[in-house]
Amino acid sequence: MLILTCPCCGVTGEETEFHAGGEAHLKRFGPGSTDDDFESYLFMRENPKGVHFERWRHVYGCGKWFHAARCTMTLEVFGTYPAQTLAPPQELCDAISAKRPGWSWRAFS
Amino acid sequence: MSNAVTALNGAEARDGIATITEVALQGMITLRGDLASKPVAKAVKAAAGVAVPKPGTAAVVGDSGVCWMSPDELLILCPYDTVAETVAQMNDTLAGVHALVADVSDARASFRVAGPAAREVMAKLAPVDLHPDAFAPGMFRRTRMAQVPAAFWMPDTDSFQIVCFRSQAQYMFDLLKVAAQKGSGVSVFQ
Ligand SMILES: [Zn+2]
Repeated sequence: MLILTCPCCGVTGEETEFHAGGEAHLKRFGPGSTDDDFESYLFMRENPKGVHFERWRHVYGCGKWFHAARCTMTLEVFGTYPAQTLAPPQELCDAISAKRPGWSWRAFS
Repeated sequence: MSNAVTALNGAEARDGIATITEVALQGMITLRGDLASKPVAKAVKAAAGVAVPKPGTAAVVGDSGVCWMSPDELLILCPYDTVAETVAQMNDTLAGVHALVADVSDARASFRVAGPAAREVMAKLAPVDLHPDAFAPGMFRRTRMAQVPAAFWMPDTDSFQIVCFRSQAQYMFDLLKVAAQKGSGVSVFQ
């Protein structure tokens, strides 16, 4: 069971109050992009054992979207942060480094 | 005008460890907009007589008040027969402002769970820490109760008021009745 804190309303709740929204920080490739870019935007996903970044929605609460960083192996939640960003905040990356030295996820580490 | 009635005609269940009652018709107005803006503060003050509440709180006295729903949403409570008037007044105050005022009174149902075991009944249904140190009068929580969305606050230390969708009123009432059935107390908060 994940315990998430919604950065929009401040509520800390268990995962049944939220809804997972898939992988975080995807770059959209739409009409006019190459087939390869479009395919990877649609289908290619990380599948890490360890540090992972996802989008979640506080569906039984304030209704807002946000980002979460967690460990897929232990279900530890490293932190949550607003949806309106293209990358996890530095202090969160530092906090993850303290717990999982040498982690990397796509371009982030 | 049609004869407005509540979803369950004031259903009650009084023989359990807490009393479950459907609350009479309650005026409810959704207000969406920039909660930090002056026009919104003014509209809220005029409609409910109180300031915009802080996140996770509600300022409710009787059937009037304001509940904090989300960073851009409030729920205004007012007497049922003054809703139209209050909506018109709020729309006047918010003319030209990027905001929405909607009468949602008839889209909702309200229930009251009362008695010393009220916390226990609620704790069986919502994944929320309802220990007296964690949830007290003045606070407001949107969550789920079993399988449906709900919001609640505590009018006093021994009771909860719940708001849910009207179409789920019977489900909610049955749920509360089962959670409050006789002999089901475990005295977890006492
Ligand atoms: Zn939230």
